[in-house]
Amino acid sequence: MNAKEWKSFLIGLSDIMKENRDYLCELDRYLGDGDHGVTMAEGWTAVKEHLEEMEETDCGKLSMKAGKIFLDTVGSSVGPLYASGFLSGARCIKEKEKLQNEDLVEFWEAFIEGVQDRGQAEIGDKTTLDTWLPILGELKKSKAPETKLLNANELAEQGMQATKDMVAVKGRASRLGDRSLGYQDPGATSAHLIYSSFIVHYKNSKIVQQ
Amino acid sequence: MKKLINNPDHVVDDMIKGFLKAHSSSISKVEAHHRAIIRKYSKEKKKVSVIIGGGSGHEPAFMGYVGKGMADGVAVGNIFASPPPTPIAEAIKAVDTKKESILIYGNYQGDIMNFSMAADLVEMEEDIEVKQIIVKDDVASAPKGESEQRRGISGEFFVIKVAGAASEMGKDIDEVYRLTEKANENVCSMGVGLTPCSLPQTGEPSFQLEDDEMEIGLGHHGEPGVEKGKLQSSSKVAERIVHDILADMSLVKDDEVTVLVNGLGSTTRMELYIFFDEVEKLLSEKGIRIYRSYVGDYSTSLEMGGCSLSLLKMDSELKPMIDYFAYSPMYEQK
Repeated sequence: MNAKEWKSFLIGLSDIMKENRDYLCELDRYLGDGDHGVTMAEGWTAVKEHLEEMEETDCGKLSMKAGKIFLDTVGSSVGPLYASGFLSGARCIKEKEKLQNEDLVEFWEAFIEGVQDRGQAEIGDKTTLDTWLPILGELKKSKAPETKLLNANELAEQGMQATKDMVAVKGRASRLGDRSLGYQDPGATSAHLIYSSFIVHYKNSKIVQQ
Repeated sequence: MKKLINNPDHVVDDMIKGFLKAHSSSISKVEAHHRAIIRKYSKEKKKVSVIIGGGSGHEPAFMGYVGKGMADGVAVGNIFASPPPTPIAEAIKAVDTKKESILIYGNYQGDIMNFSMAADLVEMEEDIEVKQIIVKDDVASAPKGESEQRRGISGEFFVIKVAGAASEMGKDIDEVYRLTEKANENVCSMGVGLTPCSLPQTGEPSFQLEDDEMEIGLGHHGEPGVEKGKLQSSSKVAERIVHDILADMSLVKDDEVTVLVNGLGSTTRMELYIFFDEVEKLLSEKGIRIYRSYVGDYSTSLEMGGCSLSLLKMDSELKPMIDYFAYSPMYEQK
């Protein structure tokens, strides 16, 4: 992926989150205070507005900017989580104008480790990490980078769906106890939107290459 | 639900604009960030600063409590969402006369992350000493012994008040911290929800409660409480809440408490005073004396219906703090 394609992935998240705004809010009404879709749409739209004006070709700087703007726009708990992800991912792709498959694997590994460091959750806690950690597991395997990146998308979806059968132990939803059963976690859902949207852009960049 | 607003996406910034204009003689915004507000400050007086903050929608908490004898600065988040680190750090820097700052916020994951990041920032970049007080007064949110899991609700008013008084008295940071933490450890709260609120941006109620239902122990963002059931009388609800709070507080006959009956947004003063009367009866039956009383909206949840009760166990150190004057846009005490 070149910087232009990387940037259009980051900018594209705004529309994705707007389209899913009401759905994410609905999920959050069962488990939280019902604003997750608003938060994600607002945060990514601010990222879009800033990145569109940037002439930057350093993928690291674009990622860093996305993380900072997102954090500054939303605060909340999702702000620090994703800011930590983007800042730690950005370090791996510093000064790169083009991201090879290996770079992308490194980026997402560092990204997910950044989110986990900040959030301190594990698989099964019914959080955004139920989507991210299966991706990390796949990326750590010794397989061809392209295969890993693509496989991870399916695992992410399974991880997201598995949150329906989990009892929340983190954040506001943890107060629900068993009442959180049966509902898909909104954070895990928006995490899957992010990664699956990356995969769409990633595949497009491959087609362009060929 | 109907709301008198303009663009739902701009409610927080629109509110701040009006707030700054209405109280321009005592507060001002921080140039570096539009979501950071400070009290008009005399740079001459060197003192420990008190910084508060949290999501919007709880007004008067938190921005209404910036003023003399209260907080020096506030960071304002989106509705029910913690502010990011930048406005918190900018508020700390803007009132930094002594390189010492106390941060006070409720025990929520988002607030902990953002305030801690802000603390790291100013400690590293500005060499400001920061101590954090995390309010966890809601006894309904986790059992005794797991108080680290408890969320912060209306009792934060007392915590802010004690910190503001202690800092205005010129005490050093360790002493301000000790007294504030003492208030934090000696305040217990619990609420009841009757009607949900709706977020301006979605218009949907943030949780479900039938017309004839109430939820005891409901949190300030609609988090579930300990018991959902048919609406009961004020005296029955007071009985349950006072019982649960006292079970936590180890009060004995002749102990003194300061009482706060806090409205959640759409509950009338009539209802709050009826509730206070019940609380007073229950306390006096047990021989617990009321040192001072507060009745009104101190920490709301938009237009949520219901109230919360906070009891602060008093001693000779906390009394002068609670009695100290306060002058802020949404709370004054002589």
